[in-house]
Parts: sequence; structure tokens; C-alpha cells
Amino acid sequence: MACFLVPAGEAVATTIITKIVKSKEEKEMSASDSINAAIDTQIKIPFSHKLKWLNNMLWGGSALLAFEHIWHGEVVPWFPFLTAAENPIARSEMLQEMSTVGVAMALLVSAVWVGITTASNVIEKRPQQAVKVKAHRGRNQ
Amino acid sequence: MTLLTAVLAAIITTIIWYQKDSRNEMKTGTLSLIYWGASLMWLTDAVFEYVQLQTEYFKPSPADLLNDFFLGICAVVFGLLLWLILVLLKDPKGVIKQALENIRN
Repeated sequence: MACFLVPAGEAVATTIITKIVKSKEEKEMSASDSINAAIDTQIKIPFSHKLKWLNNMLWGGSALLAFEHIWHGEVVPWFPFLTAAENPIARSEMLQEMSTVGVAMALLVSAVWVGITTASNVIEKRPQQAVKVKAHRGRNQ
Repeated sequence: MTLLTAVLAAIITTIIWYQKDSRNEMKTGTLSLIYWGASLMWLTDAVFEYVQLQTEYFKPSPADLLNDFFLGICAVVFGLLLWLILVLLKDPKGVIKQALENIRN
């Protein structure tokens, strides 16, 4: 009915968070000048970039689900845009679906993103140690 | 069937991204995330539907199957359209910029 609105709402929130995190990272990068910080920024994927993965999944998934709802005639181009919002019984069903299916969708996408981020953190740690040792050796020579 | 079509699209685009575009120059990584996001959402929908219908969920009528497959294909094409707009707007290889400069000169 309108379950895609929950992940779409989360997408709005995570997009705003991404913008804030990105501006903070840019400030930090311009402030730091140590060699290790420079190496870290080269090797580590910024957190704002990882948040973009979540944004893409949430926005993309919501867009394709919105397309499905248009297909089924549940979303219409005139007010109130959702056919279920036209009568009170359908409206309560819609709200119940949003609170169960919609929330589950948002949680599953977020959980998968946490998994991807954790995996990328583990992968990032491997070459980081090797490059840091090389940089350290280079400074000592 | 819609879920299956979306998952197939997600797997294919992920393979293309891994083999040809790991630096995400052509934004195939973004396209694969769009399809993965939709697949996860349709998976959730399928789980809730399975809880309601039980084994009947796996016995759709041929007409429903065809309609769902048609919807899945259309959703994949819609995803491709979104990706195309993104690539043209971002112009990662500077092709559009170059073309506009050529017209101006």
C-alpha cells in the first residue's frame, strides 16, 4: 500500500546525515597534516562514502517499489496520492502495513549495510598495515 | 517473480561492476546497489506474504506469474533509466562536456 514510504523516509534522514558527515570530514582533512593522517585518508574509505551505499540502496529500492505501487494503482498522481488514504478503513490498514512491512524493509536494508560496512572495514585493515610499514621504512631511510 | 527478476538484475550488475568498473567510473556500483535495495525490500514483502499464504505462496496462477514477471522486467528497465539519468548528469568521462565544447567551437 505505502510500505516504501518508511525506507524513503529513512533515505531522507541518511542523506542529511551524509552531508553533515562529509562536511565534517572535509574540515578534519584540511586541519590535519601528519603523514599517518594523509595515509589513512588515502587507504580508508571515508564514512560519508559508506553512507552513500546506504543512501543508494534506500533511494533506489524506494523508487522501484514506488514504481510497483503505481503499477498496482496504489499510488496516483492526484491528491491524496495514495488510494488507501481515501477511506478510514484502508487508511488504518495502510498504517499497519507501514509499521510492519515498511519498518522491516528499512531494518533489513540497514542491517545489510552494517554487514557491508563491517566487511569493508576488515578488508581495509589488511593493506593499511603494509602501506604504513612501507611509509615508516621510507622515512627512516 | 518480481523479486527473482530484481535479484537476477542485482547479481548481473554486481558481476559487471566487479569485473569492469571497480572504480565505479560508469556508476555500475550505484546501479547494483539500487537493485540490491529493491531486492531486499521485495524479499521482506515476500516473507510477510509467505507468513499469510504459507505454501500457497509458491503456487501462483500462470496469469499472476506472467504479470509479476512483466512488472519485474519493467522495474529493471526503470532502474536502468534512473542509472542512465545519473550517468548523464554526472558525466564521469566528460563526454557530454566535450560534445558541448565541440558544438560551441
